[in-house]
Amino acid sequence: MSANEVDSLIVGGGPTGLAAAVELRRLGASVIVLERDAEPGGIARHSNHPGYGLRDLRRVMRGPAYARAWTARAERAGVDVRVHATATGWSDDEAGRAALVVTAPTGREVIRARTILLATGCRERPRSARLVPGSRPSGVFTTGSLQQLVHLHGALALRHAVIVGAEHVSYSAAMTIAHAGATTLAMVTEQPRSATFALVDRAARLRYRFPLLTESAVVAIHGRARVERVTVRSSRTGRDVEIACDAVVFTGDWVPDHELARAGGVPITDDYRGPLTDDAGRTERMGVFAAGNLLHGASPADVCALEGRHVAVAMAGHLADGVWPARGLPVVAGASVAWVSPNRITPSATAPHIVLGIRGAPTGSLVVRQGTRELWVSRRQHWIEGRPAHVASRYLRGLDPMSGPLHVAIS
Amino acid sequence: MMAPVFDVVVIGAGVVGAAIARRLSHFELSVVLLDAADDVGAVTSKANTAILHTGFDATPGSLEARLVRDGYDLLRAYCQRAGIALEITGALLTAWTDEQLQALPGLRAKAEKNGYDRCRMVDDAALRQREPHLAAGSLGALAVPDEAIVDPWTPPIAFATEAVRNGVELRLATRVFGIENAGDAWRVHVVLAGGTPNSPANRPANGAATTSLRTRAIVNAAGLGADHVDRMCRPDADPSFTITPRRGELIVFDKLARPLVRHILLPVPTEMGKGVLVSPTVFGNVMLGPTAEDRLDRDDTSTSAEGLAFLEAKGRTILPELFTEEVTSTYSGLRSATEHADYQLFADGTYVCVGGIRSTGLTASMAIAEQVVALLDAAGVAGPERAPGELVDPADLGCPQLGDDSLRPFADPALIARNPEFGEIVCHCERVTLGEIRSACAAVIPATSFDGLRRRTRAMAGRCQGFHCMAPLAALLAQSNGSSIDRLLRTP
Repeated sequence: MSANEVDSLIVGGGPTGLAAAVELRRLGASVIVLERDAEPGGIARHSNHPGYGLRDLRRVMRGPAYARAWTARAERAGVDVRVHATATGWSDDEAGRAALVVTAPTGREVIRARTILLATGCRERPRSARLVPGSRPSGVFTTGSLQQLVHLHGALALRHAVIVGAEHVSYSAAMTIAHAGATTLAMVTEQPRSATFALVDRAARLRYRFPLLTESAVVAIHGRARVERVTVRSSRTGRDVEIACDAVVFTGDWVPDHELARAGGVPITDDYRGPLTDDAGRTERMGVFAAGNLLHGASPADVCALEGRHVAVAMAGHLADGVWPARGLPVVAGASVAWVSPNRITPSATAPHIVLGIRGAPTGSLVVRQGTRELWVSRRQHWIEGRPAHVASRYLRGLDPMSGPLHVAIS
Repeated sequence: MMAPVFDVVVIGAGVVGAAIARRLSHFELSVVLLDAADDVGAVTSKANTAILHTGFDATPGSLEARLVRDGYDLLRAYCQRAGIALEITGALLTAWTDEQLQALPGLRAKAEKNGYDRCRMVDDAALRQREPHLAAGSLGALAVPDEAIVDPWTPPIAFATEAVRNGVELRLATRVFGIENAGDAWRVHVVLAGGTPNSPANRPANGAATTSLRTRAIVNAAGLGADHVDRMCRPDADPSFTITPRRGELIVFDKLARPLVRHILLPVPTEMGKGVLVSPTVFGNVMLGPTAEDRLDRDDTSTSAEGLAFLEAKGRTILPELFTEEVTSTYSGLRSATEHADYQLFADGTYVCVGGIRSTGLTASMAIAEQVVALLDAAGVAGPERAPGELVDPADLGCPQLGDDSLRPFADPALIARNPEFGEIVCHCERVTLGEIRSACAAVIPATSFDGLRRRTRAMAGRCQGFHCMAPLAALLAQSNGSSIDRLLRTP
């Protein structure tokens, strides 16, 4: 096999891509993983707290160890993991077979592959994209940049921070702030309550002693060279409060890293804006698959790894028989559901689950129906934006190919 | 022992001051270029709309009209020679009401009075063919085919680098707090600056390092502080102008929005100014703005909720599909507006004032420089032209090729083969390589801050705004500065 051609080319060396690579090797395919960073492992590399590895490795690990564990597995499996390797575009041949153009310190090359997996993940929406006005001083971070600074580069970075967002990752940010010897002054969320587990929220706020300002938003950042204070507005009372601080950490509010997908003409959804996929991770472009947080921001790393393994099976199937099945039934997001993944489901669904993003803070039951037939009704509960929900695949059996789309809604 | 007497001190190293210093460096003159900021082009010059104006809409007969027209030709040629990104996209002045449509022929006539005769009327059908994503409701347009988009960051740095390589002394972080006229020479008192460059000239803090320069001539290109410098140079004259900072806020959209627009989309102008435009940028983004709002604080470049909301509303009436894409960044700049409509460009003996340049400094910069050289010459401050062999060729400045239209290092196999650091991408969103970052940190006028690095390479100007790359870039900058990440971040 020449260096320029491979069975499976995976873009993204995070848990999704590495797990898919290991499974593909197990199934006999040749695999190249393109990782644009210095090391594979994804966000876990610098997420220096425990909670990793539960569902996929059946261990309790800190992020960096988890990243190293998956990297080692990939290497042992004979995956060609290329670091500092960036796929910058597509280069299809006359027959329309896909290839990616890659820049690396070793040079610039075109790699052709019969299957391509886009596992490029997501990023936190930064301050500017959220249109938060004010000055542009030093001290404005995302969890991602802050974790890298503190855990990979040993910087202190801040002394007194305000955290924007109350998702799982926002509490990771609080941990990183504490690790840097700094204080969290407040966590601000537009939602009526936290989007993480109640226990986690209470434990963090007890331990790190910060208030959770709900139905509130940072509406201005002040400071010349460095952040000096933020203005927080309560949508409930309409009142503003100024909080003197030297850092603002914008967390969550995930945006898919979909540039490569779009450059390749891979259709994306209107809502989350990741590639449109079916339950096996097939996009609408033959031979191109997508998985992980590129499709749904943000699932935990181990969930993404399991998804990567699952998509690898479909990729191996396509390598073996060249079949690209007809599109399955559409999955439609209904009331209070911001987005769903996958977007299509084959009647003999093999997806591990459906992931859905919530809009707002509805209370009710999650209802999955096809036509008038309800396939599943969850118990009545509180749902919240920023904490995706899951429908296990066992509830998706017995779909009727003739009865139209699947609807997922909260009512 | 008396301090040496320089021929010219240029106060202000924005695009205009740097262009002046560059031109002066072509003569046998000893020149010092000063700025209170810690970098060249770090204040107003970094926050413009990146447009190379033909001057079609200037006030006919004004000095600005002439210098913009001449400056356009000079800068266009310079960009070509130095390898600075420039795209002649053309502009379309779009009419949305009958009143605006009726105004177009008058604007074309005005353009001709300004010496620009290539405007063409475009009917709505042709307009919509050229710009298929334009909002509904357009009635027609006036095409200005030579209006162009340009890299706004490289010209001031290129001008200053050329000046320095030709022997000009550059002093950054140097604030002027007093000027004396000592008969045959000026004495310019400076302090090593921190704090707010453009507030009224405060006495330096106790213990602050001060020094003074003696010079035969002063050029005041101090932008937002030009009136303060003018008062220092001419304390007995009636103040000829007062600077009012006029804020312009802008929104920059993701490069994925680039296919939505091909030309600079200009509104039909009103008394308030040029109005809100939508334009592609050479970096591949789409920009929306600017606003125009008189302010009080000359150092406050904050954006505002009202300004951003205003832009969003306006943008939806011009190119609604913009809002299906992410915003990459927002910024604001302060124009040096005065109570006068035209440039405040004049000489008083060996003092040349270049004030109130407002919105057209980038385009006019090289023509302003010619004018300043002529005024100094008339005041007896001149030197023989230096031989071309003594001077650096703009083509040899090593200007970074920042345009998306060009072959950037990450895509250049031969370059990567020569130096693998050009194959190691550090800022992924803008595809900036380690090689480029090292070059920027080792340049004649090096990058020493995130902002300086961004303007020399595009690093951190992308959609993730540092989510992926802030940390490695901080490490590289700190290493280059011989400093620490926390000092760079100004961690308290």
